Amino acid sequence: MATAEEVAKAAERRDVRDRWLLSAPALLVILFAATGPLLIVLVYSFLTPGAYGDVKWQFSSDAWTSVFLERDIFDDTLSLAAAHVTIFWRSIKLAVVTTLATLALGFPTAYFMATRSEKTRDLWLFLITIPFWTNLLIRTFAVLQIIRNEGIVNTILLKLGIVSAPVQILYTDTAILIGMAYVYLPLMVLPIYASMEKLDFRLVEAGYDLYATRFKVLRKIIFPLVKPGVIAGSILVFIPALGAYVTPSVLGGGKNMMLSNLIELQFGQGRNWPLGSALSITVMIIVMVALLAYVRNAGKSGVRHG
Amino acid sequence: MPDKPDRNAIEVVNVSKIFGSGEGQVAALDKVSVSIRENEFFTLLGPSGCGKTTLLRLIAGFDFPTAGGILLYGHDIAPLPPFKRPVNTVFQSYALFPHMTVADNIGFGLEMLGKPKAEIKARVAEMLKLVKMEALAGRRTGQISGGQQQRVALARALAPQPKVLLLDEPLSALDYKLRKEMQIELKRLQHETGITFIFVTHDQEEALTMSDRIAVMSSGKILQVGSPWDIYDKPAERFVADFIGETNFLTAAISGVGNGKARATLKSGTTIEATVAEGFQPKDNATVVVRPEHAKLTKDKGDLSGTVENIVYFGTDTHIHVQLDSGEAFTVRQQNTRSAGCGFERGDKVGIMIGNDAAQVLRD
Repeated sequence: MATAEEVAKAAERRDVRDRWLLSAPALLVILFAATGPLLIVLVYSFLTPGAYGDVKWQFSSDAWTSVFLERDIFDDTLSLAAAHVTIFWRSIKLAVVTTLATLALGFPTAYFMATRSEKTRDLWLFLITIPFWTNLLIRTFAVLQIIRNEGIVNTILLKLGIVSAPVQILYTDTAILIGMAYVYLPLMVLPIYASMEKLDFRLVEAGYDLYATRFKVLRKIIFPLVKPGVIAGSILVFIPALGAYVTPSVLGGGKNMMLSNLIELQFGQGRNWPLGSALSITVMIIVMVALLAYVRNAGKSGVRHG
Repeated sequence: MPDKPDRNAIEVVNVSKIFGSGEGQVAALDKVSVSIRENEFFTLLGPSGCGKTTLLRLIAGFDFPTAGGILLYGHDIAPLPPFKRPVNTVFQSYALFPHMTVADNIGFGLEMLGKPKAEIKARVAEMLKLVKMEALAGRRTGQISGGQQQRVALARALAPQPKVLLLDEPLSALDYKLRKEMQIELKRLQHETGITFIFVTHDQEEALTMSDRIAVMSSGKILQVGSPWDIYDKPAERFVADFIGETNFLTAAISGVGNGKARATLKSGTTIEATVAEGFQPKDNATVVVRPEHAKLTKDKGDLSGTVENIVYFGTDTHIHVQLDSGEAFTVRQQNTRSAGCGFERGDKVGIMIGNDAAQVLRD
């Protein structure tokens, strides 16, 4: 006769086994689709570039050195790789500005949506998600059509006599910003809306009742309560914005290189896969550090729900 | 009735509030006028949808009247936003800020008024003591019970020392025992702070036990304003009589009106004395109300006669339903004693005695 303890132990063993069995598919996907490729990238970054792309299986830390430094071709001295630093800085700046721009546009939009009646809310939600139905490239070209010199904006400005010559927006950083803000706006609106929809607007009334002006209510009550949505939205926008490829290529005209273009270059014409790999990992590290700092900072004064 | 100064804290003058427009428009308030005296516990009583909460929200400033004015100590506050009115609200849902501690919630109003930190701290401590919540000052509002949240909501609304405190069915979410406790607590708070309370409820018992004066509302109108005694004993209209407590309605011909009294000739032919409002014109087809506890059942011939239909035991008293010979129904409430039974049986022929001051003639 098995004692109660033995039975319990056997049951627990079965339980553990079943748990592994059931989570196996998910673990396999994570291993082969996420961790695996990342490991390959990591390994490649420590190898020597092959003459026609690919890698030679020979250890080298050159790729990592040249992420931020460059070796003089004559005397082998190392100096700061100004081009890379510029590109990193430009990309980070653009990602931050895009995040701020989408936040500035998305927050009022989400507030507007959340304060509509239940029926109209669904309509607004539907309208916000419409852009997702169209390919990113097509949406970007649509923006291009609007802001180019012969586009809608310039035509109207010329007709109204506000400007005498078309304003050059296309192929500038402004164009990239407009495009990115447009493309990533839904990613900001949706999480904020999700938070805002749960907001008890009676709290807003309570705020007004207790002598808080509209601005104070926004700052002291609404914002702290929808902060989780703001954080989620910012993360969802910042990450793809930092690695954006299509929008900067089309609207920036390839004049101002972005991180994504730089990485693509290493795997293409540059034939330097290790450097491309090292750059990719560097971007990942930047994103992770930025996110950790952001979340920790936001959480400090933040809300604990529940 | 205790003496109250005759100064008015709030005057509502001819206020109408219409929601929606065109075909779908609803008049939530229809030319309502009422004066609320300084320092009084004033209750707006009525069924849901009668406009009582709308009136409270107009005074608080969450909605604006379609027509009419709202005066606070003589100043028209109707166009002011809520944060410019020295009036605070205790919400039905409490609406405590979940991202703040109990103390921060209570101090919020003072902070928004730009009071110095030391003053806020002292006042918050005072408020915590007033509602007996000192021990939980540092808790988040999600970590305290419903009754405690209720106290915090009260303290938060009282902290800025409003001219008038508005209470929107604040006890409706509490269980029976806690509600009874809070009723006494509220009366104590009102007495200690000396602030004018405007209390909204649909619970007639709550209104009767707590209020100095009650305004009974129905369909966007105030039907009667008076002390709990007035409202209960001298209802002016059928709705008021019906909504508050249980009552018997009798058809009667009214004659000999004068000095607040009248002769009411009932269907049975008996004439009784009834109280009547000033200026009532004698008529044949009026309604007289008699509270069940103000009538007495007898085996002899009474003012009315009928047959016992049903006997319902309530512990403290027994309700005896009588079918009158005139066809009307009448209920008598009889205080119970420890001797078994109420002395009557179903089917008994009985008489009903109506006291000298028991009947009231309705306005309609």
